[in-house]
Order: sequence, then structure tokens, then C-alpha cells
Amino acid sequence: METACALTDAGHWVTVIEKEEQVGGKLNNWSYLFPDFTPVNKIMDALQEKHSEKDFSILTQTEVRTIQRQNGKFNIETSGEQKLEADAVVVATGYELFDARRKEEYGYKIYDHVITSADLEKLLLHDGDLTVAAGANPKRIAFVHCVGSRDEKSGNHYCSKVCCITGVKQAIELKKRLPEAEIYCFYMDLRMYGKNFEELYREAQEKYDIQFIRGRLSEASEKIDKSLLIKSEDTLSGRPLKMNVDLLVLLVGMEAGKGTSNAAATCGIGCEESGFLKTTDSFLKSNFSEKEGIFLAGSCTAPMTVNDTILHARSAAQEVNNWLKMNN
Amino acid sequence: MKDFGFTVIKQRTIDYDQFDGRLLNEVLEMEPSFKVCLSCGGCTATCSAADLVSFNVRRMNLLLRRGETVELESEIQKCMLCGKCMLVCPRGINLRNVIMLIKKSILKYKPVNS
Repeated sequence: METACALTDAGHWVTVIEKEEQVGGKLNNWSYLFPDFTPVNKIMDALQEKHSEKDFSILTQTEVRTIQRQNGKFNIETSGEQKLEADAVVVATGYELFDARRKEEYGYKIYDHVITSADLEKLLLHDGDLTVAAGANPKRIAFVHCVGSRDEKSGNHYCSKVCCITGVKQAIELKKRLPEAEIYCFYMDLRMYGKNFEELYREAQEKYDIQFIRGRLSEASEKIDKSLLIKSEDTLSGRPLKMNVDLLVLLVGMEAGKGTSNAAATCGIGCEESGFLKTTDSFLKSNFSEKEGIFLAGSCTAPMTVNDTILHARSAAQEVNNWLKMNN
Repeated sequence: MKDFGFTVIKQRTIDYDQFDGRLLNEVLEMEPSFKVCLSCGGCTATCSAADLVSFNVRRMNLLLRRGETVELESEIQKCMLCGKCMLVCPRGINLRNVIMLIKKSILKYKPVNS
């Protein structure tokens, strides 16, 4: 959407092809953004307002069937039987969340009180019920970092970049709602690389008494009262550790997903080993695919924060604009 | 009871549900700066005592947070209170005060049978 807005401003006619009912992607299900708890709807409203004034068309619930380049023009056929002609194509298929059921040892969708960070985000967005067994508030909550990231068993060797800070943010949000609860984060490394991330981590320790335990969970098992026994190593003291918790939150990572691999196949462009789309140069041409005229924007190329995505989208628009000027 | 020559090995797993947080809470209340320890180990690297005997200042935080009161008591005796750890700490924790607070309160919370 950001690319479409910027290209429209530059005087181009843009059509957005969106698979879902509405544009905005995963942001539609998030509540507040790290690291400053900006409400998502504030960002969404601002983006919506920006593109509502612009003259470009959006085809929702539509997918691309085929793309062919002939005489310098792309001929696009959609699932809605539309035929479009374009000078340039921008792939912005985003990412999918890791399906936590694949880490069976954590018991997602097997045990009652194991949820993902995305589930928690929805609960926070709709002010949902956080109570556990017997309608009581959870007294002890644990977050598991790197679920589906940095894990070759899941097939994902890369870091998803956003989960560390999401865990810190969500832990603080839960502590605000449940001041009596003890909250623990089980991490391998804490990657607080962004502006104000480290500050938020410090605040979580200092003001909200969130405790960080270095170690990856080996497994969770449900007890008869529906609480969960979790096991990990306390790697800093070099001893195994077990703990009973009432609620377990899995910080799920990002995957390239089907949408992106389909787009790669349709456009005939390459993927990295991670499944994300290949850029021709990671420093200077991060918006260029291997095919002339096909550009890449956002988290279809790598895990990205909302901020990264917006910036990458804007740079995509600039690259497309420059390329069109040179080639038309 | 007849001695059959068997020994019972104490489990090494930290059972967090048995954790007694009273000493930790008291220390954190009096010295809140201790909450923000990153476990970086800078303190241990510079420690005058650690150079000569097995003493690990960083582990003090862990022992306290896991309720290992008995071990903690013998550990803190090794500190010479020189304060070099405080000069190194990236988060400005007043470690000398932490040690003093533990020394002051540990007997109150030590398990009876230890």
C-alpha cells in the first residue's frame, strides 16, 4: 500500500492485487506496536487516510494466476479472470506466522492454556478473557522466545527479528493487566537492536519485574488442573529447571509462507534457502528481484518490523519510478 | 535404620515451585538497581577475589533468584567489598550494597535444616 501511494504520487497508475478481503495484512490483527505501544489502528487509520485520497485501484480477494512479459509489458491474469497490463510489477506478499503446532512438544492446540503471541495480540486487541482454569487469572505466565526461529528442527535457521521485542512488549502489557502475575521470559539471546528496544527491556526488568531466564524450553506438559509443567535449562547456572505455569505464550516467528512461494513461482523469481525472496544485492538493490521489471517490497524478502516494511516499501516505489523513467 | 550402603543423590533440577523469594524481594526492595542485571559477567571478570578463589559475583544474582540460600551464604563470604565490580557494571548496579544486604538478612531466611 505504501509503495502504491508513493507511485501514485509520482504520477503512475497503480493496481493493488490483494488476496484477503481487506488490505493491511497481519496488522489488522495486532493491538499495539513495540517499542512505544502505539495503537495499531492509529497507524492503520493514517495509512488508510493517505491512500483513500489517492487514485489507484484495489482488487481484493484476488490472486495472480499468471504473469508474462512480452515486448516490455507484463500481461497479468488474475483469479477473477481480469486481464491487466503493466510496465512494472512489485511483489509485496508479506510473510506467514510459524504454525506453532509443528513444535508439538510445546503443546499448542493440545493443551488448553498454550497460546501464541498472535493469539495474545488478538486477546489484547479485543480486550479478551485472559482467565485460565476455574476462571481465575493466571498467577504465573511464561513466554517462550524463538518458537519456529533459529531452529533447524522447524526448518528455519534464521532469526525472525521481531519476537524478542514483541515478548518484552507483551509481557509488559500482561503485567499491566494482571499486576499480581509473575512473568518469565525464556530466551536464547535477547536481540534488542532497535531504537528504544533496550530501554523497553530495561523497563520490563526494572518497573514490571519481568524475569528473564536464559534457556530454551525442551517441553511442556499439562497437569490435571490444566496448569503446565515446563522444563528448560537455566543455562547461566548450568542446571535443569522446572516450573509450573498457568499460561504459556509462544513467540512465533515469521516464515515466507505459501503466498510468497506462489508469487516466486508465478513471477519466475528465486527464493533464498530460508524461503524469502532473493534480492539481487542486499545492500544496494534490496528491492530488485532477479527479473527485470519485477520489484520486491517488505517482508517477502526477510523478516521485518512494521517500520522496516514501510521504509522498504517506499524505497521500492523510488526504484520502480527510476526504472520506469529509464526504460520508457 | 540398617545401612544398605545406598546413597540418595540430591536432584540437580531447580524446582522453581519450591522457590522462597523472601530474601530476593527484600534485597530488591532495598537495592532496586539489582533488578536490571544482564548477567554479562563484567563484575566477575574484574573481581579481585575471583582471581584467587572460586567466587563468581554474577552467579550471586542467580543463586538469589533461584533461592539457593545455603550456597549463597558461603559464596558472599569470599567478597572483599573492594567495589571494582561496581565500576565495571554496565547498568550501574550497587553490588556492594547487594552483598551487604544479603549478609544482613540471609540468616533470617536460611532453611532450618541446613
